[in-house]
Amino acid sequence: MNQEKTTVVQHESYQGDYRLLRLAAPVIGPQVQPGQFVHLRIPRFEQAVLRRPFSVFKADEEGLSVLYATVGAGTASLNSVQPGEQIDLIGPLGNGFPPLRSSSLTGQANSGEVMPVLVAGGYGNAALYLQAKKLSVKGIAFFGGRTAKDILCVDEFKALGWDVRVATDDGSLGTKGLVTAALDPWLEEQGVGNRDRKSEVGGQLSGSDGFQGLEKMGGGSASVEVFACGPNPMLRAIGDRALDKGFTAWLSMDRNMACGVGACLTCVIKRKTETGWEWARCCKDGPVFNAEEILWED
Amino acid sequence: MSKPDLRVKIGSLEMKNPVTVASGTFGYGPEYADYVDLDRLGAVTVKGISVEPHIGNNTPRTFETASGMLNAIGLPGPGAQGFIDKTIPFFENYDVPLIVNIWGKTVEDYGRVAEILGAQERVGALEVNVSCPNVKEGGALYGTNTDLFRTVVDEVRAKTETPIIIKLAPNVADIKAFAKAAEECGADGLAIMNSYPAMAINIETRKPELANRTGGLSGPAIKPIAVKLVWEAAQAVNIPIIGMGGITTPEDAVEFIIAGATGVAVGTANFTDPSSAVRVIDGLERWMAAKGIGSVAELRGTVEA
Repeated sequence: MNQEKTTVVQHESYQGDYRLLRLAAPVIGPQVQPGQFVHLRIPRFEQAVLRRPFSVFKADEEGLSVLYATVGAGTASLNSVQPGEQIDLIGPLGNGFPPLRSSSLTGQANSGEVMPVLVAGGYGNAALYLQAKKLSVKGIAFFGGRTAKDILCVDEFKALGWDVRVATDDGSLGTKGLVTAALDPWLEEQGVGNRDRKSEVGGQLSGSDGFQGLEKMGGGSASVEVFACGPNPMLRAIGDRALDKGFTAWLSMDRNMACGVGACLTCVIKRKTETGWEWARCCKDGPVFNAEEILWED
Repeated sequence: MSKPDLRVKIGSLEMKNPVTVASGTFGYGPEYADYVDLDRLGAVTVKGISVEPHIGNNTPRTFETASGMLNAIGLPGPGAQGFIDKTIPFFENYDVPLIVNIWGKTVEDYGRVAEILGAQERVGALEVNVSCPNVKEGGALYGTNTDLFRTVVDEVRAKTETPIIIKLAPNVADIKAFAKAAEECGADGLAIMNSYPAMAINIETRKPELANRTGGLSGPAIKPIAVKLVWEAAQAVNIPIIGMGGITTPEDAVEFIIAGATGVAVGTANFTDPSSAVRVIDGLERWMAAKGIGSVAELRGTVEA
């Protein structure tokens, strides 16, 4: 983790209202792991005392890029930054995505092939790009967005060897509906979490039926592992499915942040413990959490 | 130009320069160790510790405002023993003095945590938080009533020989009364000021922006308030004051020292730029050298008013 004065080398419209910012960052760039983020001081935005966190889209020896949408005063101010200007960066920050099936908390042994699945809402897929690139097994990616204009980088993920499926709220591209409208039928097709329907009908798993279901699930569920980034309701929907159907899901959690380094305790979420829950910091303990760890608040 | 003498003392606590960090803005120290050479600081002041572990407030806990931010973190922490087990060993690798911010739900709690942490050799001073705006118990109650305030300071003083620095609430009618009370009860120093009670409301949802509804305002927005309080208190007491509230630049630190502060703390600016405290130290030294000022004492309390 470092603090670096980076230089803007490219800053342009990427698609619709989304913008791509590329920074020369020879110190931080080479260190970035998939799913990590950087904390950026927005130039000429003096009334702001806080930095703004951005997921890293691409990174290499020379630097890194972020893909962003204008969502507030900070990003609006960032819009006017020109190539050649300096941006103060700290990073790379946080714990990113693990390699495929390396650190499942369930500790399930698995002999079969694991199919990696990416799930993203809107430009959340930018945070998955490095993971998509790094994973040696290329699987299937589900991207959701409001309209066709909000579906980004499809060709880039395809070029890496991923099968990309799209869903839009208005049906202007791919399946009509939320990203889960595309994901769920696919999970069903793969036989992931076969016990699900049974448990919904019969309530809690019990007796021989339930046991059989679990065994079956053990075989089926071991075949997918999900890496997700997007809005909170989407992450929760993915997390619920992971627990329900018994697959591993890694969720990149987004909360308002202040320090970015674990000091201020702003970006905390509830993480399950043996006896209840504890606060975990998205910036330092996350942003990527196993869905099993998260205690969602209503 | 000779190098100015930046050393200051708060009771028996010796600092090689007047600059520390404000409690709550620097975690327990390790969080910033990748970005800041901790041994450059005059002291590291850590986040508030109570006798028992504390869970703190719900989220959202902070909210950015014009030239500042609101916080209502609610003093989550590992408790005294947790702090001793987790943080003290980390600081064995550093020489920087450690100031531990302490708080309690009752007067007895203040005494107990002071006794436990004051007995730790590695703890250079205790900063007594009687002014947190964000916890129901203790906190602001003790900081805004002079009788309760004296009870707390008396209790802490009775339980430890370690230097105690009393962190004052800004929202009082007369800061001098609290400054004098602390001095009379045997405090070694004062920390002025805590964040200012404040609020922001989302006009669409009509809900407060913080889960705690109200919080404390910090950052450059409160600096002039803090300068005034330091100036007033400095005229009322002889014990040293650590001034804080929006300090971001070396010039801000100079202003507080001129107002009467012996030390200064960089707070919210750590979030803006982790190198802020070190920049303040270097800039302060350069400024004093350029003006031919030989020591902090020479600059302190030199307001022409």
